[in-house]
Parts: sequence; structure tokens; C-alpha cells
Amino acid sequence: MTLRPTRLRKGMVVAAAAALLMAGCADSEREGSGGDGGGGGGGDEPTTGGTFVFAGSADPVTLDPFFASDGESFRPARQIFEGLVGTKPGTADPAPLLATSWETSEDGLSTTFMLETGVKFHDGSDFNGEAACWNFDRWYNTPPGIGQTEDQSYYWISLFKGFAEGELTDSVFESCTVDGEDQITVKLTQPFAGFVPALSLPSFSMQSQAAIEEYGAAEGDDPSQSAYATEHPTGTGPFVFDSWERENQITLQRNDDYWGDVALVDTVQIVPIAEPRARADALENGEIDGFDLVGPADIAGLEEDGFQILERPAFNVLYLGINQGQKPLDDIRVRQAIAHAIDKDEVISNSMPEGTVPATQFVPDLVNGYSEDVTSYEHDPDKARDLLAEAGAEDLTLMFNYPTDVTRPYMPSPGDTFNVIRGQLEEVGITVEGTPDVWSPDYLDRVQGGNDHGIHLLGWTGDYNDTDNFLGVFFGRPSNEWGFDNKQIFDLLTEARGLPTVEEQLPLYQDANEQIMEFLPGIPIASPVPSLAFAENVQGYVASPVQDEPWNLVSVEE
Amino acid sequence: MLRFIVRRLALMVPVLVGLSILLFVWIRKLPGDPARAMLGERATDSAIAQINQVYGFDKPVLQQYFIYTGRLLSGDFGDSTRDGRPVLESFIEQFPGTIELTLAALIIAVVLGVPLGFAAGRRIGGWLDNFVVTGSLLGVATPVFFLAILLKLVFADWLDWLPTSRRQDARVEATHPTNFYVLDGLLTREWDASWDAILHLVLPAVALGTIPLAIIVRITRASVAEVMGEDYVRTAISKGLAPKLVNRRHILRNALLPVVTTIGLQTGLLLSGAVLTESVFEFQGIGGYLFLSISQRDYPVVQGYILFIALIYSMVNLAVDVSYGLIDPRVRVS
Repeated sequence: MTLRPTRLRKGMVVAAAAALLMAGCADSEREGSGGDGGGGGGGDEPTTGGTFVFAGSADPVTLDPFFASDGESFRPARQIFEGLVGTKPGTADPAPLLATSWETSEDGLSTTFMLETGVKFHDGSDFNGEAACWNFDRWYNTPPGIGQTEDQSYYWISLFKGFAEGELTDSVFESCTVDGEDQITVKLTQPFAGFVPALSLPSFSMQSQAAIEEYGAAEGDDPSQSAYATEHPTGTGPFVFDSWERENQITLQRNDDYWGDVALVDTVQIVPIAEPRARADALENGEIDGFDLVGPADIAGLEEDGFQILERPAFNVLYLGINQGQKPLDDIRVRQAIAHAIDKDEVISNSMPEGTVPATQFVPDLVNGYSEDVTSYEHDPDKARDLLAEAGAEDLTLMFNYPTDVTRPYMPSPGDTFNVIRGQLEEVGITVEGTPDVWSPDYLDRVQGGNDHGIHLLGWTGDYNDTDNFLGVFFGRPSNEWGFDNKQIFDLLTEARGLPTVEEQLPLYQDANEQIMEFLPGIPIASPVPSLAFAENVQGYVASPVQDEPWNLVSVEE
Repeated sequence: MLRFIVRRLALMVPVLVGLSILLFVWIRKLPGDPARAMLGERATDSAIAQINQVYGFDKPVLQQYFIYTGRLLSGDFGDSTRDGRPVLESFIEQFPGTIELTLAALIIAVVLGVPLGFAAGRRIGGWLDNFVVTGSLLGVATPVFFLAILLKLVFADWLDWLPTSRRQDARVEATHPTNFYVLDGLLTREWDASWDAILHLVLPAVALGTIPLAIIVRITRASVAEVMGEDYVRTAISKGLAPKLVNRRHILRNALLPVVTTIGLQTGLLLSGAVLTESVFEFQGIGGYLFLSISQRDYPVVQGYILFIALIYSMVNLAVDVSYGLIDPRVRVS
């Protein structure tokens, strides 16, 4: 491994600035935050100082990323903390961060990490081998109780399966040993090829032992709401925690002693604004400098007004789920008929942002295991009608479930998507009973909690580059959502997951994708492109498919 | 009077106990469970079972209720299942925002409503009366959410005069000792912070205050018109009392009784209306948080917040009843 540790090194500035200087030079009536308005040409040195105000869609749940699994909690965590492994800017691929390199044993049971030296936590304590192993041990020794629920330590449970004590003890993690000041070895109880990429998740950030011991939760208390997790989060990242006014704003200050590229802005503020339109209003009024999850309907207007729109590479998939627990959806010919009835291009052009690509399988093309050879089902209404006739389902009536009050990165406008697909299904003679539900928990409860659903819209945004993070989530076990029991697919996914290296996994996952698309449990529709919007004077923001977006190279011109 | 107040306070106890039982049963009868809401798309049956067990949602409802009331008696309103915060703490932090908004809406409604209603009632059928009647009809008939969207469109999107979301600009340096942002700015002499908070209040307060304004105008107008026809008013005018004195002592004071009742009732309605208005304007009070908590089946927050609101509603009504005595000595005597 010869890659240099990367935290948006200076070489990225040019690419980042270019990415953000794409918007035109339309006149703006808004005022900046004061100052003399220095030039904004592409060749200028980035401005230093000032405040960068960014709006997310909700307040974080906690600032201790180990006990978080939501994007809004991860957003400040990406600024305060760093893990051993990061991602190559703009991709989902693992890259060195606090670990400069790593070596995995042939059996996949042991990985040795070489660590960056001279790094300090914000409280002045050293980051070294002992600190790194202390973090692994902390995760593994999470006390039983609330901290061990999937609501809190979701990623540990999902990836490492168990803890030292409690109900889940069959852990993939075995031990972490300190080989020296700058080297550790992590041992696993079974091969886990996704181990290194998984460490790029903010949940596995390195945190200060001293700060946690001083401010951490007492035994039995909710660890996600400890004084540490709400007032003293301490990492090694480019920004230092300053304050958190719940439901109002988080303020971070530049870490002047940062080991990488010191941040350009002095202060970062993260504010929650729930509605996409309200976020756009706040940007237009100059109250914020940028925001995440732009509503598809707002993109054109913002661009016309001179704001910058940045697209995240699609790392998600929207699908039409089919419940085989309801007849005649267990008949492959009926499922094929539905697939042939759908015109994905029309769905995309009518309900998704520009740049969205049609999906051919249940993983986006950035993910390992993506196959070029999956069975495809082209839009062919005549063939759909023939297949329905062959299956004796000419008078088919389908319950079509969709959520009403939600936008997800993979599902920006579910109501519109439903309407387009309904029209296409009706065109081939299927009678559609639209069944809308409030997203959470009603909709999820209906399509995942029981058998009272037919076809439905749902999807997934990947957390890191691992096929199991998509296919395993969908088809790793029998579920109410899909209503089928295909041992061949379950076994194949279990086998692939247990292989020690990505190279060995690759053919199995490609095979799995091909088998799944032949079995056709549902129809992958598209991978929409989530968008961010920024004021004209913001430079240096690099969008990441997995939202690994540290803001140390972001600048705001006065 | 003291006995009256004590009796009314004592009557609140069965009301609140009854409400807590109804709430407890109602929220648990809603479709969908909190564990699935907490886990989202990634819920598995085993994870749901585990959460239900840890949080005690798998226990019989009656048992859950007794555990809950036991904690309530020791001042523990529980923790949010959505973000883990103690319910009392988040309420105390957010309620000042709702009070600020409610007060601002009430001020708009009363300061404009009573004089307009009075002036219209004094000259029924005049141009001002016609204008006020038409305007108030429009005000009552316009749904809050529609007005809110209209206000945002005109004053924020087109004219760019006023902010549309939140209570204060994130860039304004402000300290919040009381969480009443306007007051905080005055206390800490951060005048710009206070002014910014006022600007953020304007649109939501206008949206929230329009219906109460229209109602207060109509009640005041009708009440004034009725009092104007009373013998004592005619006597006062005919014995040559100064018109200002007649207006103040004889007309306004007697006409105010139903108006005060209306204002009291409207204050309670404003509190519930604030929930919707806050959501539309992303205003950080209890509204947005409660709204999210209902959709996420966050039992402790929904139970706690609605109980608090009911308690405050009862207190406001008590204050209104007490104020009758101050306005009208006849009530005090009886």
C-alpha cells in the first residue's frame, strides 16, 4: 500500500474549486456577509477565515458517532473525527487516513495497520497504537442495554455481529493488539472482506480515551446522550467542537493544530432545516452558505439564480419491491411482465433529477460485484401482456404501496414515481390499487412488518463500498418485504460474505447479481443523483458518494 | 377568590389523569411501532424485538402505564426514543420559542383586533365596518398553512424582506440565557440579535395571529354594538358625559367581558396552532419537535408534551376566569 494519507490534500483544491466554479455569473441581489467582496476567479487562492453555514435536514441524534447511524449525526462527526480508514475523495473506495497503510493476512483473519505519527486529539492526548486499540476495545465492550440496540450501535452489530458480553456474543471481532507506537493488529474470528472499507464509516472514528473517561456515560445510562456525546466530542479531525444548541445549531472551530491541511474557514455552523424548499429559501436569503438534499423541483430555479449545484455520485438504488407472499406475484412470468411494463427512462424523466441513471441490478455501478451480464428486461408492453396471458393473470389487480411524506436520496419524489409507474402498469392491463401510507413508521411497518402489501417503492443508500451492504441488506435472509425463500440466493450471499478478500468475493457477487436478476424478486428502477446547493462564493466542496465530506478545504469568499 | 382558584386547581388533577390515560392508550393504538420508526429501512425482526424489550414496549399497556405514572410522580417524564433527550429538558428548552411566537401572534391579534372591532362596532354599517367585516371573514376563512405559504412567497421569495425559517440567523452572535430570543438580546445588549429575532418572528406571528385577529375583531364589534344599545350608555350620553369617558367607562369596559373570554380561548388555540405554524416556518419551538415525535411514535415526548400543553391551557383558562373578577365587579361579588 503506497497511497499517501489523504484528507483532501492540496492537490484536490484545483479539482474541488473547478467543481464548484461551474455555475454561471448571474447577477445576485443578495448581500454577502459583509466585507469588500474580493474577486472570485478560478485561479484565485482560496479565501481563509470567515464562517461556513451549512443546513442539513435534521438535528443530529448524538455527537458520539459510534452510537449513531444517521447521516445528520455523521455530518458533524466527519469534521470532528477521523477513522483509521477514509475514502478517496469523490469515491467510495477506501483510502488511508489515520492508518497510513494496512496488510491483511491470507486467511483474512488478521489485519495490521501502520498508523500516522504525531497526531493528537483535540484535548492534547496522543493518537497512537494504544489509543487505536482502546477504541476497538471500547466498541467491543459496549455494556449491555440501550447501547447494544441496533438503534444505537447499528454498524457494530451489523458488521461485527456481537459484543464481549450481553445477548449478542458471537462477535467477528476477536482482539486488537498494540505492536508499537505506530502499529496495531486487529484479529477477527472469521474472514470479513468488507472489514477495511467498513472502517471508513464515521461510527468507527477514533475518539479520545481521556475525554470519554472524563465525560462518558455512567453504567446503565444512555451512552448516546452522555456529557461526552453532547458537549465534549473529541477527535483528531480538522474542526474542534465548540457548542451544540439542540434543534438549533452546531458550532465548530478550526483545529489550528490539525495534522493534515488546516481548515480554511475559522468557524463552521450546521443548522437543521427540515424542508428542502425552506433550505432553498434560506440559501436564497443568504442565511446559509450551502445545504444538502436539494429538492428536484428547486434545482433549475437555484441554478437560474446563480447558485451552484453539486451532484453526489449516485450510490443508491430505488427499486419496485414485489411481495411473493401475495399470489400471483410468486409466478415469475407475472414479475417479468411487470418488469417489461416499466419504462425506466420515462420514470426518471418525470420524477427524478437530471443525471439519474436507470438501474439494471440491485447495486449501483460504483459497487464491487456490479455485473454487466445481468438479465435485462427492456420496456415492451406487448411482451408484458403476453406474459400475463401466459400466466393466466390478464385481469390482474395489484396493491401498489408508496410513501407520501418523505424524500430519500434514492426516492426524491415517491408520489410522482408512483404515478408514472401506475400509468405504465395500467397500459398493459394491470389494475392498480394505489395504497399510500405515511413513511415512518406506517409505510415501513406495512411493507416490512407483514404480508399486507403487493408491490412497493423502496431503496437503499450505501454506507461504504461493499456488495453485502446492498445485497445482504435486501436478500440476506427471508423477509416480509419480499416474501420468498430462495435458499440458493441466501447461501450464495452468505458464502460470498465469508470470503477473506474482495478479489475472491467479486465473482460470487457478480454471480449473485445475475441470479437475482433472473429470479427477479423486484425491479431495480434507478440510482438518482442527490444534489447539494451552494452560494456563489463557496469554493472547495468535494461531494462524496458516501458523504465523506470533510470541510477543511471549503472556503467562503467575503 | 382564593377558594375559587384552589378549587379550580384541584379540578385540574382528574382532568390531567384522565388525559394521560387517554393519551397513553391512543398513541399505542396507532398503527406502526416506535422500534420500526427508530430503525427505518434497516429494521429486522430481531432488532425490533430487542428494542421493544430494552425500552419496555413489549410489556402489557397497563403495566407500562403504571411504570410511566410512577416515574411522573418523581418528576421523570422519560427520555425521547428518537434522540434520547429527557422530555422535560427538551420541553423547557423549546417552549420559550412557542411562547414567544404565541405572544407575538396574540399581540398582533389584540392590538389590532380590539380597536378595529371597537371602531367598527361604534358605527355599524359604515365604511370601516364593512371593511372590517369583509377582512375578518377572509381572515377566519384562510387556513393557516395557506396563509403561511402565501406570506413566504410574497415577503421572502419575491420581496426578499423577511427570513422564512428558524428563530435567528446562524451568523448572528447571540447568547441565549433564557431561550426567549428577543428578550435574550435585550438582556445581553446584543441589539442586533434581538432585532434579528423580531424579524424572524414577523411572518410566523402574522400567519398564526390572523385567525384570532379576525375572531377578536368580530366579537369586539358585536359586543360593542350590543352595549351601545344599553340604557346606561344612552343615559350617560344624554346626561352630557364626555364621549371619551362614555367610550372607556361605559362601552369598552362592559363590552370587554366576552372579548377577554375569546382572548383566553384563543390563547389555548394559538398554542395548538403554533405547532402547525412552527412546522411550516421551521421555527424552533415545541411544534416541529412534537410533529416529528408523533410521526416517529416517540411515546414519551408525545405524552409529556401534550400533558404540558393541557396543563398550560388549563392555567390560561383559569387566569381568564380570574381576570373576569378584575374587569367586572359583579363577577367578583358573585
